[in-house]
Amino acid sequence: MIVKSEKMDALAENIVEQQAIKGRSLWQDAMARFSKNKAAVTSVFVLIFITLLSFVGPLFSPWDYETIDWATMGNAATMGYPSIETGHYFGTDDLGRDIFARTMQGTQISLTVGFLGAAVAVIVGTLYGAISGYVGGALDNFMMRVVDLLLSVPYMFVLILLLVVFGRSLEMLFVGIGLFAWMDMARIVRGQTLSIKNKEFIEAAIASGVGSFTIIMRHIVPNLLGVVIVYASLLVPALILTESFISFLGLGVQEPMTSWGALINEGAKTMQYGVIWQLAFPLGFFIVGLFCFFFIGDGLRDALDPKDR
Amino acid sequence: MFSFIVRRVGYAIPTLLILIIASFLLMYAAPGGPFTTERALPPEVLKNIQARYGLDDPLPVQIWNYIWNVVTNFDFGPSFKYRDKSVNDIIAQGFPVTLTYGFWSFVFAVIVGLSLGIVAAIRHNTAVDYTAVGISISAQVLPNFVMAPILVLIFTLGLFRLTNGQYYLPGGGWNGGQIEYIIMPVIALSTSYMANIARLARSSMLEVLNSNFIRTAKAKGLSEREVIFKHALKPALMPVISYLGPAFVGMATGSVVVDLYFSTGGMGQYFVNSAFNRDYSVMMGITILIGVLTITFNALVDIIYAWLDPRIRLS
Repeated sequence: MIVKSEKMDALAENIVEQQAIKGRSLWQDAMARFSKNKAAVTSVFVLIFITLLSFVGPLFSPWDYETIDWATMGNAATMGYPSIETGHYFGTDDLGRDIFARTMQGTQISLTVGFLGAAVAVIVGTLYGAISGYVGGALDNFMMRVVDLLLSVPYMFVLILLLVVFGRSLEMLFVGIGLFAWMDMARIVRGQTLSIKNKEFIEAAIASGVGSFTIIMRHIVPNLLGVVIVYASLLVPALILTESFISFLGLGVQEPMTSWGALINEGAKTMQYGVIWQLAFPLGFFIVGLFCFFFIGDGLRDALDPKDR
Repeated sequence: MFSFIVRRVGYAIPTLLILIIASFLLMYAAPGGPFTTERALPPEVLKNIQARYGLDDPLPVQIWNYIWNVVTNFDFGPSFKYRDKSVNDIIAQGFPVTLTYGFWSFVFAVIVGLSLGIVAAIRHNTAVDYTAVGISISAQVLPNFVMAPILVLIFTLGLFRLTNGQYYLPGGGWNGGQIEYIIMPVIALSTSYMANIARLARSSMLEVLNSNFIRTAKAKGLSEREVIFKHALKPALMPVISYLGPAFVGMATGSVVVDLYFSTGGMGQYFVNSAFNRDYSVMMGITILIGVLTITFNALVDIIYAWLDPRIRLS
């Protein structure tokens, strides 16, 4: 019906241009607030640096994480001190293995467990919570009962039981941590979904005949993103702590691979012989890394959920 | 209130049953039973051993017997590894030790955490507040397995060297629960929970102090002390109380590290040892015991919460 003409096009362009006063989206607002938070921004850079170092660092080290330096083996206290000349930047452990290379390897594993575990928990937890909250009724009741049941299980003990029964391996550790990490997420997401699902735009979607699953994926989940991101940023350090806890007990990552918890455990055993660097360097990475995660989590919460400040 | 308690308790029982059945199935599914040794046992011997531990019954019978024994006699059966010990013996040996650490850690975390958080909120944005926040942030990244070696480094190795071996805290052992053997494990166990309690108490206290009824209380001329103790404290404590359940679980779990690192002879040490020995019955017994404690404690906290806040009861 509409006749296409140059005039119309020009008019349309004009209107478009007039409307182009830049609106600020929720996310731009959040970014602006986040970048004002100095601690959080610094933490992001420190964390990126640690991550890059853990992957690039080993290339510059003459030793890898499992090679034994026979010159320092069994003599770590007197021979294995940190030095540039021997190539052991962080010293060696009692077996003559290079602490720098091992710390880098441990950092890789710990960060991977944290991020992958959190990713699994976010996906499973968000879907579970959104479905439970959106469908409601008996299904909601049942699904939340299941979560409540599982939440009251002392999961660290069950996790260790799982690791012992099915063998101690990195994969089993992933599965075990993933099994328990999603439940809090599901609860939080359900609560949010309950408040979103009665809004007008959902009603509009239902009225125009959109299916339930599409509504959940396209209309509910994107609106949950803020909460999910904040919670996920706190979940990563929590999972790193869990993994370190298990590895500290010697039940997690197995030799020759290592992780922050395993390194701290080894360091704590040898510190009384004066091999202080074996504890100090992994511990330093651990503490700095966790600090960064907590600051970023705080920054994200302030940025995405300003009323909570 | 009564119906709430009944509902809450009725809810705890199936949880427990599921925990028991799940861990039993896990143990049953384990590849390589507890008696798998490097040299395969003759089949007759294996049969005898399995009969001795009741492992030759069909699975449902085994589960039923186990639950029946646990419920009626609180008997977790014999240890698979130590022939002369039952799981109950091991628990009887380790539990009092773990309980002592857990109790003092709980007391320490609650008292110090609460006072730190509340003082920080009352003196909001002063040096006191910043110190408290600083402490609670640092303590958050220092979980028990990091605190333990650091404490030993300072108070055992460091002090020993500084004072030429005159004053230092012993780096491990139980020794009948003498105070110097308890200090370090308790601090290691409770620090991060203390930090969380302080953070929670501070933020909820701040929220309460900014609310209208506190302004009214101030406006009608009550002294600061009265405002805080009579009006602000109770509502501010609510979030903290709901955290006590998870905190208790955390300390029970953390005791594994503390028991192991300080070789206290507590339950955690037995748990990890049995994990390495594949001594399933001990692991299961300890898991179930901790599970019972956790579920009881969570139910208790919920009931206290409902008693303090009528809104919970009704929903």
